[in-house]
Amino acid sequence: MRRGRVEEESYLDWNATAPLRLEAASAVADAMGRWGNPSSVHRRGRAARQTIERAHEAIAALLGNADPNGVVFVSGGTEANHLALLGTGRERVLVSAVEHDSVRSALPAAEIIPVGPDGIVILDALDQLLAVDLRPALVSVMYANNETGVLQPVADIAAIARRHGALFHCDAVQAAGKVALNAEAIGANLVSLSAHKIGGPPGTGALILTDDTELAPLLRGGGQERRRRAGTENLPGIAGFAAAAAAAEVSIYDRVRALRDGLEAEIAAIAPEAVVIGAAAPRLPNTSAIAMPGVAAETQVMALDLDGVMVSAGAACSSGKVGPSHVLAAMRVDPGIASSTIRVSLGWSTSEAEIDHFLRVWTALYRRGRGVAKGALAA
Amino acid sequence: MTSLLADSRRRLSPTSDPVVNTPPVYLDSQSTTPIDPRVLEAMLPYFTEHFGNPHSTSHTYGRVAAEAIERARTEVAALIHADPREIVFTSGATEANNLAIKGAAHFARAHPQSGQERNHIVALQTEHKCVLESCAQLEREGFGVTYLPVEPNGLVSLAALEGALSERTLLVAVMAAHNEIGVIQPLAEIGALCRSRGVLFHTDAAQAFGKIPLDVEGMKIDLLSISGHKIYGPKGVGALYIRRRPRVRLLPLIDGGGQERGLRSGTLPTPLCVGLGRAAAIAGAEMTGEADRVRRLRDRLLKNLARNVPGVRVNGDLERRLPGSLNLSFPEIPALELIEAVPTIAISTGSACTSASVEPSYVLRALGLSDSLANASIRIGLGRFTTPAETDFAADALAAAAARLAQQRHLPT
Repeated sequence: MRRGRVEEESYLDWNATAPLRLEAASAVADAMGRWGNPSSVHRRGRAARQTIERAHEAIAALLGNADPNGVVFVSGGTEANHLALLGTGRERVLVSAVEHDSVRSALPAAEIIPVGPDGIVILDALDQLLAVDLRPALVSVMYANNETGVLQPVADIAAIARRHGALFHCDAVQAAGKVALNAEAIGANLVSLSAHKIGGPPGTGALILTDDTELAPLLRGGGQERRRRAGTENLPGIAGFAAAAAAAEVSIYDRVRALRDGLEAEIAAIAPEAVVIGAAAPRLPNTSAIAMPGVAAETQVMALDLDGVMVSAGAACSSGKVGPSHVLAAMRVDPGIASSTIRVSLGWSTSEAEIDHFLRVWTALYRRGRGVAKGALAA
Repeated sequence: MTSLLADSRRRLSPTSDPVVNTPPVYLDSQSTTPIDPRVLEAMLPYFTEHFGNPHSTSHTYGRVAAEAIERARTEVAALIHADPREIVFTSGATEANNLAIKGAAHFARAHPQSGQERNHIVALQTEHKCVLESCAQLEREGFGVTYLPVEPNGLVSLAALEGALSERTLLVAVMAAHNEIGVIQPLAEIGALCRSRGVLFHTDAAQAFGKIPLDVEGMKIDLLSISGHKIYGPKGVGALYIRRRPRVRLLPLIDGGGQERGLRSGTLPTPLCVGLGRAAAIAGAEMTGEADRVRRLRDRLLKNLARNVPGVRVNGDLERRLPGSLNLSFPEIPALELIEAVPTIAISTGSACTSASVEPSYVLRALGLSDSLANASIRIGLGRFTTPAETDFAADALAAAAARLAQQRHLPT
């Protein structure tokens, strides 16, 4: 990278983006070589069309046994979430309080489903919200949270939604590739995925329809993606996405979980006052939201970066902004704790050496911070 | 991935494509173009070592990606004499057109100016489907849309355009250079007219960007759509130019993380943006020479065909057209049969988005062609990598196939 003097670099920001898998790189380059417009009727076009059709199958397979015809390729997770919320055209839309900004902003008038201190949707609250208003509704709850890794009881949410005749959309952008997904088990009518979070290229994602839910297109024009998403298909992106999906091995996350758990245990041993957000809830195996009380998250992130450790203070899209995390606020995390929370996220190639590197730098920072805090107390 | 670059260079040579045994000569450049190896070379590091999320500006990986995107934005802006801050990256021209038209309309509705609400849009009948479909959606939402006819040569009549404008007109959408017939509209004149009437001028420049000079200042363009894969850049990326002075305001189509100054949320695909920037820079540097070369090849192809195929005619103005573009009618020879008869050439009947449809082209119909003549028309697009030998081969193959088909038609059955 640019600062060549840093000898050791540890990338622990996988929830922001993952490196491109070799299989995906190869598929991207291959598709660039086999360029063609999938809508053209000539041979090049037909070959491109075939690549797209195979990719529909690969993405459907990532959800266990979804119907390849239900896969709609889009430009990424954000567009997938918009297409789900806006395209279903339901009068009422309910989203959880911890949804990604791309869901929260799709419909500013959406109603909020509260979560408990553990970050998990309060099922009774959802049930009541649906019971008091009989208009056709869409419920949107993510599979796994991008900031905390907390997993939602999606099957229960699906059952409640179904009981009230509501559609269920599940943003599975962070969960895909990290935990085994199955469309039937999730029970959602619509599922969002992103390529670059699973080692595919950025600029590609998918909305998967698991049944014949009707969808009005967000982008209008040509009849691509069965009239559900206009625009020349991003063939290399789609091919890369499919290759990454095929290469994703959930079992590798057993090792990642052990690394993450080891990291959290070390932190607890070094700093008893450190807090792991959502620790009591089921979580993704790779994510840890860690508060170092008294030290601002931005300070931690910068200090870690100076020593070659890359983490973030929350969601990447908003990490340039200041302001408290809506996710932590919804969990009623103490504002002082929330503002000192960083997100550490691991991936399939994260090594023990990287974890050690993080712990070294984090500990040094912690000791400095504590020194300052003690000095301040004495004064 | 470096070996993949060598691979892409090899594959650009028309004799080594593993997809097909005998690779067809590619003359469908309006549909899509192969990625230029120089563009791919610029993109590759951003797939691999510089893979950071450009919005993760808290660390080096993110900042390196963010800087690359800003350089690309500058390269795109330079080609149309815009300020980099006026460029918003999108997933392609379809999204850019949707964002421009619906975004402007929705903003106008949400923020009505005192006095007169502007709720009327003018678009040519020959606009791309994604422009027409965006307009149709707005009609369903209560906006008024005038679909303006064009002259038989495909060009807009300025008098007719002026006549279509009213106090309520918000926006005029005119494609800069046409995807099916290649004609280039009088952008500066349209821009001047729109500016004088306080109407926004949007132009879909997916085909024109990088091929002919465009100047958003000189042409008084307010919104301009750009595509990556039409200029030897990557698929899945495009851009919308949005004028800052006087400020053009849009409501976003895709909201969320607030990227692209709130106009287009979603993680920017760094390698694709870098590819679009590099493709724009190359197109700008080589535009004049490439246009001359491609135009000569096109004229040579047309001359050969005109000599050997009786009655072949060019659709759309012959002078005011893109260098590589031709739309030809072969009277009495159905285009689909002709295309079937020349599997050694990749050509199409028209827009790729609708090329699977059996309907006659609405564009050719708007030029006044009969259904049967419209159905006897093909589109040819030469490009950066088209060789003289391929051009001659294509002319011969098309002429031979046309003669064969004409003869079959006149055989007694």
